[in-house]
Amino acid sequence: MLPDSLKDDAVAAALETALPEAITAGHAERNEPTLWIEPARIVEVCRYLKDQQKFIRLSGVTAVDWQPADPRFEVVYLLHSLVRKARLRLKCWVAESEPEIDSVSSVWRTADWYEREVFDMFGIRFRNHPGLTRILMPSDWEGHPLRKDYPVHGHKYSYQDE
Amino acid sequence: MRELTLHTDSITAVNATHEPLVQPPAPSTRHMILNMGPQHPSTHGVLRIVLELDGETILKAVPDIGFLHTGIEKECEVKTWQQVVTLTDRVDYLANLSNNLVYALAVEKLIGDIEIPAKAQWIRVMMAELQRLNSHLVWLGTHALDIGAMTVFFYCFREREDILRIFEMFSGQRMMTSYIRIGGLALEPPRGWQQAVGKFINAFPSKVDEYEELLNNNPIWKRRTQGVGFVPLEDLLDLGVTGPMIRAAGMKWDIRKDEPYSSYDQFDFEIPVHQENDVFARYRVRLEEMRQSARIIRQAVEGMPEGAWQANAPKIVLPEREKMKTQMEALIYHFKIVTEGFRVPAGEVYQVVESPRGEIGYYMVSNGTSKPYRVFMRTPSFGNLQSLSALLEGRLLADSIASLGSMDFVLGDVDR
Repeated sequence: MLPDSLKDDAVAAALETALPEAITAGHAERNEPTLWIEPARIVEVCRYLKDQQKFIRLSGVTAVDWQPADPRFEVVYLLHSLVRKARLRLKCWVAESEPEIDSVSSVWRTADWYEREVFDMFGIRFRNHPGLTRILMPSDWEGHPLRKDYPVHGHKYSYQDE
Repeated sequence: MRELTLHTDSITAVNATHEPLVQPPAPSTRHMILNMGPQHPSTHGVLRIVLELDGETILKAVPDIGFLHTGIEKECEVKTWQQVVTLTDRVDYLANLSNNLVYALAVEKLIGDIEIPAKAQWIRVMMAELQRLNSHLVWLGTHALDIGAMTVFFYCFREREDILRIFEMFSGQRMMTSYIRIGGLALEPPRGWQQAVGKFINAFPSKVDEYEELLNNNPIWKRRTQGVGFVPLEDLLDLGVTGPMIRAAGMKWDIRKDEPYSSYDQFDFEIPVHQENDVFARYRVRLEEMRQSARIIRQAVEGMPEGAWQANAPKIVLPEREKMKTQMEALIYHFKIVTEGFRVPAGEVYQVVESPRGEIGYYMVSNGTSKPYRVFMRTPSFGNLQSLSALLEGRLLADSIASLGSMDFVLGDVDR
């Protein structure tokens, strides 16, 4: 459902008409339009925004850990349209019990590495990703460093032990 | 490969009863796997590329990153807002002021009711442009060195030294300046800065002429760069490439013009664009950008507004030393900022800046406390490096050095 603050936003309104029920919430604080999307429909929404609304660039994909909230993770997509000179932020909630969401790398190839980074740092799995492996941490690393319950110092191994 | 077979033959002859120590490759496979890096001079840092070669042709190039991963984003979550500034320096060590700037702008946008005085904004622009010159000079020097033009390197580092001296004059630091802070600048611009910057910027355009004289008509340089490293513009955009590579592919897109920040809209400058979309075009774009940056710096020196260099926000900006020693309020604010830090209203923001390499964007989430809840650094090198496979695959191995250099990535910026 489209919130009142985004009723004047052409892109959000067009998305609501084209794909009803895909938007679950939204805001336009600090002039940055943000839409929460139904996680199961993220690929469909991204495909529509790229093909029909000229959001040909994806600046990045990241996540926020809201522990102890449920659902715990928020996956954030930063979209950019060069023609409109506009940016748009999409968000999806992902539960801790089943941290999975569809990959948008079929829409923008640049999502490949960003989704690998989110997987590496938060442990969120992306379905249909071409090669979901760790990207920054070593491949045999345990744990996901940007989760809030992952300590900043002293994870398993301490330099003081040496 | 023939040598390898001979060698194993001799081994099998000696140990006739045992298995050969090295299995000779099957006659049909002619592909060779080559590890380039992580310690390789032309990768400009610790980047590993696994290449599959058919003779001299690269069939597959898979970059392996993460060797310089320092966990800066995690570290940001345990530092106060003001402390994070020093971490942003270390993301991209050739564009630390651009990172300072984007961080300061993002936090100021989160705070909302803070007004940055015109002088601070202009100094920020001037420093960011000096930084762009610095970064492009290092790029040009090392890139030319990779391709075999050694003289350019010395010329570039000569000018870079002047820029680093200017940074030292302003901030006391040559590389990790932390000069742009939330609410303004770290220090008042030093006495005599106009002369120092003015002297440098008057001499600089003729230095760019020197580089062009060395390279523009250099047959070796042209043969090694022209027509090399072509990737269609649509693919570049799809792969997340930003900055000079896009402008060398014929697209006039610069965040300084499209989404002006820090009073860039008050400056008069052009966006250089080239159509050829090869290594030579990227070189031309960056050199012309250096001329435009020099133009911006000159305008900043000549038209610098008078007034304060910090915002009038005592709860956010540290008080002057003298006031701190004589006024009670100033002492209290100082104590609060240093010990507890200041609180930033809850919310989220994505702020972008045009760095020498492309789009730096910081996506920041605040939960209303004195520390950032989440900082995501969208760094240009990470996005640009994704196009590496597209740039190298199907091309010659010898061209890979020129293609790699033309991307101008910084590994600290890739791995964060």
